[in-house]
Amino acid sequence: MQKILVGLKRVVDYNVRIRVKEDGSGVVTDGVKMSINPFDEIALEEALRIRERGDASEVIVVSIGEEDCQQQLRTGLAMGADRAILVQTDQPVDPLAAARTLLKLIEKEQPELVILGKQAIDDDCNQTGQMLAALWDRPQATFASQLELNGQQAKVTREVDAGLEVIEVDLPAVVTTDLRLNEPRYVKLPDIMKAKKKPLETLELSALIDDAAPYCAIGEHAAPPQRSRGVMVNNASELVDALRDKGLVN
Amino acid sequence: MNKVLIVAEHDGTTLNPSTPKCVTCAADIPNSEITIAVFADAPDDCAQQAAKLEGVAEVAAVARPENANQLAATLAPQLAALAADYDYLLAPSSTFGKDVLPRAAALLGVGQLSDIMEVIDARSFRRPIYAGNAIVTCSVAEGSKVVATVRVASYRAAPAGSNAAPINPVSLDVALPDHTRFVELRAGGGDRPDLQTARCVISGGRGVGSADNFKLIYDLAEKLGAGVGASRAAVDAGYVANDMQVGQTGKIIAPELYMAFGISGAIQHLTGIKDAGTIVAVNKDPEAPIFEIADIGLVGDLFEIIPELDQSLSG
Repeated sequence: MQKILVGLKRVVDYNVRIRVKEDGSGVVTDGVKMSINPFDEIALEEALRIRERGDASEVIVVSIGEEDCQQQLRTGLAMGADRAILVQTDQPVDPLAAARTLLKLIEKEQPELVILGKQAIDDDCNQTGQMLAALWDRPQATFASQLELNGQQAKVTREVDAGLEVIEVDLPAVVTTDLRLNEPRYVKLPDIMKAKKKPLETLELSALIDDAAPYCAIGEHAAPPQRSRGVMVNNASELVDALRDKGLVN
Repeated sequence: MNKVLIVAEHDGTTLNPSTPKCVTCAADIPNSEITIAVFADAPDDCAQQAAKLEGVAEVAAVARPENANQLAATLAPQLAALAADYDYLLAPSSTFGKDVLPRAAALLGVGQLSDIMEVIDARSFRRPIYAGNAIVTCSVAEGSKVVATVRVASYRAAPAGSNAAPINPVSLDVALPDHTRFVELRAGGGDRPDLQTARCVISGGRGVGSADNFKLIYDLAEKLGAGVGASRAAVDAGYVANDMQVGQTGKIIAPELYMAFGISGAIQHLTGIKDAGTIVAVNKDPEAPIFEIADIGLVGDLFEIIPELDQSLSG
């Protein structure tokens, strides 16, 4: 295999406690730590392991968004990606626009495998990989917890509600990652220095796709309704009594 | 009239309870006329179950040998062809719906809303973002097809009543790809009730201590006819399989009764249970965050409390 393309989205770090702005216009992102979407980090780790096994020659990381996405691409390069592409725009990019953009890069780069996170932890959409596979007219293997390459095919174990589903897909294909696929490596300081010398190409979104108007207009943001603290009981029989009062157990 | 098409989720013989929950959501769309699409190799059983659901106007049964396994690559082109005449296309936000619907949306050339939890009006919906830490209002422009997955935990199932909607066989002239092949499904929970549809769910966390100790949880669940879940900590510690994980990175559930044993209550776990009817927490640490949201809390050692519960329930 020649190339693997990996998507890296810049998102609010998963450890940050999300707060909705008082005017409801969004969530607070000023001064908040930003990171690579955790599922995308798993995607990159998987691509790197495939290359390190000798099953691929190049790993390209791509991000779509504002100039600051360079930080996440540099982290991806420090993890071990060979080169990076930033598709720059100041406008919000929804999953369909992201898929159309990635398709343009695929046409140019001709990767045999595209690995994306199953969802981004900001908008929680879980759409881009599936949409890309549709537009590319290629197989999709979503929610992957195991990926085995076998010549021009891949065998993928998928985490589904009913258990584990195994499918086989012809390459090229789109794979989206679930949490158990692997544990991403930590970046070492010398790698951060080396990453500064790796190529990072910047393209304008408008040069790749005509119209990135989002599918839906995002309106008011609200904090979720809170559950309140209930009652404390002292022992098991009081608990059973309380449940019987509510008609929840016999 | 707003024509709504719902993709049925099923295992070939039984309709998944996620489908009647989508019907309830669809009924909230003003002037909706609801059709359920059943894609299968032999759709009769599931089509009949769908036809009984209250509020359903029609069942479209698409019989095709390739539909024996519900692969997104095979279903999406058929779904896109069938949905052409509809104003709305809905699927449950289960792994099935999440897999197939965006593929169909892209084939239709439109975007998608994920996890809608409330219909505000014909074009506006509420959905959770940031793992449920914010709720956002989204509006789809007039004239554009609405394609959305439905957050099943937010809806009650439409009852299977005396309805007898007509079942119409549909044949779609769509070429299907052969680049994706089903190999096998390794099922998780055995005979226990499915986590996402069980009336009662009992979960264990790191406090359970070992895979062997989980027997306590299984036995109590059996007594109550409950499904069994676990926190991510218990899964990561290797006590149980990942398909039992409840929380943002596992399953989001809304049982009538949820009982958490030895679970401290990390945000990511609480996100998965906050739509439960009654939450019971048993933990030896009185400061455990799960007590902040529990309806009934009990501070104590689960290894003493579970046997006592068992006795009280028998009494």
